[in-house]
Parts: sequence; structure tokens; C-alpha cells
Amino acid sequence: MISHWSTENQERASELLEQYPEKRSAVMPLLYIAALEHGHVTDDAMREVAELTGLTSAQVQAVASFYTMYKREPVGRYLVSVCTSISCYLRGADAVLEAIEDETGVLDGETTPDGMISVEHVECSGACGGAPAVSVNWELIEGLEPDKARDLIKWLRDAEPSVIFGDEMQMLFGGNPSFDWGPKETEGAIAALPAFAPYGTVGGER
Amino acid sequence: MTSNILLARMEAHPSDSNTLARYVDTGGYATLRKTLKSMTPDEVTTEVKASNIRGRGGASFPTGVKWGFLPPDTRPRYLVVNGDESEPGTFKDRMLLERDPHQLLEGIILSAYALDVHEAFVYIRGEYPKPARRLQRAIDEAYEAGYLGGNILGSGFDLDVVVHLGAGAYICGEETALLSSLEGRRGEPRLKPPFPAVEGLYSKPTIVNNVETISNVPWIVENGGAKYAAIGPETSSGTRVMSLSGHLKKPGDYEVVAGITWRELIYEVGGGILDDRELKAWVPGGASAPWFVPSEHLDTPVTIDDIAKQGSMIGSGAVIVMDESTNVVGAAHRLVRFFSHESCGQCTPCREGTTWLERILLRILDGYGRPEDLGLLLDVSDNISPGLTWPPAMTTICPLGPSSTAPVVSMMKYFRDEVEAMIPGAPITIEEVSRG
Repeated sequence: MISHWSTENQERASELLEQYPEKRSAVMPLLYIAALEHGHVTDDAMREVAELTGLTSAQVQAVASFYTMYKREPVGRYLVSVCTSISCYLRGADAVLEAIEDETGVLDGETTPDGMISVEHVECSGACGGAPAVSVNWELIEGLEPDKARDLIKWLRDAEPSVIFGDEMQMLFGGNPSFDWGPKETEGAIAALPAFAPYGTVGGER
Repeated sequence: MTSNILLARMEAHPSDSNTLARYVDTGGYATLRKTLKSMTPDEVTTEVKASNIRGRGGASFPTGVKWGFLPPDTRPRYLVVNGDESEPGTFKDRMLLERDPHQLLEGIILSAYALDVHEAFVYIRGEYPKPARRLQRAIDEAYEAGYLGGNILGSGFDLDVVVHLGAGAYICGEETALLSSLEGRRGEPRLKPPFPAVEGLYSKPTIVNNVETISNVPWIVENGGAKYAAIGPETSSGTRVMSLSGHLKKPGDYEVVAGITWRELIYEVGGGILDDRELKAWVPGGASAPWFVPSEHLDTPVTIDDIAKQGSMIGSGAVIVMDESTNVVGAAHRLVRFFSHESCGQCTPCREGTTWLERILLRILDGYGRPEDLGLLLDVSDNISPGLTWPPAMTTICPLGPSSTAPVVSMMKYFRDEVEAMIPGAPITIEEVSRG
């Protein structure tokens, strides 16, 4: 076991390795945990995952490089992903991306020099009924107009939330959602990774 | 005009339809209790077959037939639920996962019982942490209450369910790519046959079904397959959750019975076109589907077979509406860019072809289109999917490449004059291009 991972994450890793009939299946969740430990998917992270799953580093690298959500370069504290696929495009997503680029001063694919915000366009977020959609650390905001997108960026800079909650952002900046979201979520994202308790990537209610 | 099988609970109880307490309070898990006591696995399978339900993920393959492909004697078998929903325009599984995860879970347990499966996986796209959290909480509640784990409700039946998050790859919605991904590999599709039912996860017999498909199972088992089959036309039985998006007044997820017309779906269910503009075209079944236009299709019925007969597909049930202000080259480019980005790169026609199509469309959009680009778009499309027929001919392992030609061919078929108008210089014909 990798000694410098947090005890909690080491336990999570053991559980993940056990929940699949073959250890190799744990590569994807372990890459999320490794990214949490290192800030992004570094070479060391891939070596660690290889060690845990009994694969070679090259095999893990082949997996990590296939999926867009494993960032192999440092990303900002807040990853702002603008959906620009067809439904969002039809409802003005390009103007939202432009507003965010303008407000942050960086272009699609870049990170602000202070390491706070990364901006990227993504393919379909599955929020087509609430287009245009943006997510921050994979927590969603639907019906985000360009002006509100600017407000969102200012808010991230000023409030520096330690946990990102979709419900909070939707209330502050969102418009019409794809459907009624139902009850408020008590868990949110603590890093530029999907917030999922078994992977240790969530923070709790504040 | 809309119906209420899958969405009933979330509509009646918006504040807590995702919880076990509400699920049980509204009759949930009663079907499971009865089934484990009084039905054999084969009897459950018989009801699912009798329902005539066809897969809701995109291919519309009859679920009962798929289940029937399992070789009788090989164990273990796996059930994998496909929640990788990534087809542009589709957001129905997201709602089913977030708002009624126990309905899916009861469907999983019933299906696993029918199929003699003791380990099930739910593959959810990485961009869906909230749906994954909601399902995981439901799973935790279900273990606690004895609906999952060993000796479920004292029946002697065991089942474990694991949620697996993807990491941003549309192609993993294709069932063999999904299995590769779940095995900890690159999400590359595999050649079929062997089909997953024979050789799937870890080379073991595996059934892969969509979230919506499995969410229907509790209703089917409770009310009987025949009753489900009686809803709507024979070959499009049951209800379907359709995701409406684009230039509509009321985009959203709506549960409808097949046979409704496109006019009703767009103008009544979807509330009509934004700002009362004119309808220009719509994508009837997700980004991979050839477009429909009002002059030909508005008063035709929304059924799996009627759509197929007219050269498109219901796919994942995603309807993307474009109004008169839409630049068709812009729309086609956005659709093709998606496929280009999501191509796994295994097959040359797809990897190279989608990239070519994207670049040609982009230069037309940017005002640098060349007269020969019209012919080139069709030529490249023809190389990906020879003959440009429907259903598309395949040069590739999976249908992603051929799907990328749908927007291009649709654009050229219905709006060629608009494309020509965007190209500087006199338009020339394909015949002239091929003469050199």
C-alpha cells in the first residue's frame, strides 16, 4: 500500500480493490483518488495506481490518457466547464464561454496565473433541457446566462468556497433547469473531481 | 398527452421521491417482496419478454430477446446498467437516477433475480456525480433494509450492486466499450460477435441494459408484461421518457406513449417554438439521428418503426429542436465536432473522417469554404459509411463513425442552398468535382 496517501484514502483504495471481481477494474476510481492526493494525475499517481492494481505504469497511463476527466496537467482550484454541444450551442453557450473567458482573462483550456480558475469547453453535460449549462468542479448550474456567468466567476474569486454545491450556485446564478432538482444536496465537490463519497472526493454541508 | 409510469413518484413527491421512506410509502419494494416469495426467475423473465419493451439507450433492441441470448449454463453472469448517458440532447437517465433511484434499484434486483445474477454494476458517466451520489445513498439504504446483500428478504437470493463512475468518454455508452472501461481499460468498443450476453464483463455472460429500461421492470413485473405491451403500438410498447431541448418554450423530460405526432410533441408537450419563431428542423433521437423537417415529418407518429421507416431513429429519445434562426452549418459543425472529439481512434474511417468533416464545416463557417467542399463533405461521409444509407453501412467496429455522417447528410439533403450560400464563389456540382 502507498504509505503517503491519507489513511482514509488507503482504506478507500482497499475497499475499491475488493468490490470488483478483478483488481484491474479499480483503476478508474483509484485514478480519481490519486488525483485528489496529488492535485492532478501525475506520473507518480499513475505509478501508485499501477502498484495497487498489479498493472504496469504504461497500462495505467493508457487508461488515464483516454478519459478527458483525468487531468494530467495541474488544474485550478475551480474547474469551470462550459457545455458547448448542440443543445447548449442553440441556446447561446458560445456567449457564455466568451463571457467566462473575458471575466477570467484566460482562454478555453487555460488556467488563471494564480491557479484559481481553469476554463474549458466540454461536450454534452446532460443538461440540455436547462441549456446553457456550466459546471464548477462537476457541480452543475443550468440556464446560466452570460451576465450571470460573470457573476459566478466573481463569486468564486471573492467567496472562495471550500466545497462547491450545485444547489447554491443554481440558486445564485442559474435559470430554468432541465427538471425540478428535488431536495437539496448535502454533499459537494472539494476539488476538480466528481464528488462521490466512495472515492473520498466530497465535502459535507456547511 | 403525457403519461405516468416512471415519473409518477417524482411528480407527486418532489421533495423526497429519492428516499427509501417515500419509495416504500408509495408501494415500492412490494413487488420485489411478492416476487421473491411467489415467482420463479423464469416467470419474471417471461413477463419482461411479454412486455415487448425495447431498449431505451439508443438501439431499441428488444430487452427480452437480449436476455434470451444468455448461455444457459455459464456462471457467473453479470448485469451492467448503462448510465453513461452522453448522447447530446439526452438527460432522462440523469433525472431517473437523481429523482427515483430506488425504482431503478428495485428493477435491478428483480432483473438480477430473473437472470441469476449476484453482482450488478451501474456505470454512470463521470460528469454525473449527483446522480451517482443519489444512487449510492439509495444502495446504502437498501443494504440497511435488507433489499440488497445476502439472503435478500429471507429469500436466499444474494445480490451486490456497485456504482462505477466513468471519466468523460461518450464512447463508453456503447456496451462493449463500457465493459472495456469497467474492466479498467481504455473505453474501446470490441468486435461483435461475441455479444456481451455470451462474452461480456471479464469474458463472462453479461446483460447490459439502459437505466430507463431497467427502471420499467418493477412496473412490468407488478402489472404483468401483457399490460405493458398493451400501452401504445405493438412494436413501441410502453412509455418513453423523451428529452426535449433546443429552441422550445418548455424543454424538459416528458413521459409519452408512442403514437403521438411530432406536431403534438413539439407544439403541445414542448410548448412550441421559442418566441413563436418558425420550426426549421429537429433531431428526432439524439445527435446520431438524421434530422427531420416540418414539411415532411411534422404530422407523422413518434414510434420506433415509423421513425425508422423514414430514415432516422428514436435513439435515446432526445429531441433537439432548431428554429428558423439556426445556421445549419453551425449546427452540423457542433454535432460533428462532438463525434470527432469522442472518436476512440481505433478505426481509421471514423478517426480521420470525423476530423475531416469537422474541419471542412469549420472553414465553411469561417467564410473560407471552397466550392468543392460540398462534394468533399459527401465524399468523406461516404468513406465512413458507404452509400450513405439508413441504417448506415459500417466500416467501423461501432456505430460512432457512421453516426457522424447523419448531420452532414441531413444538412445537405434539406438545406443545400443555405450551405452553398455560405461558400464564396460560384457553386459547382458534385459531378463537376468528380470530373476534376
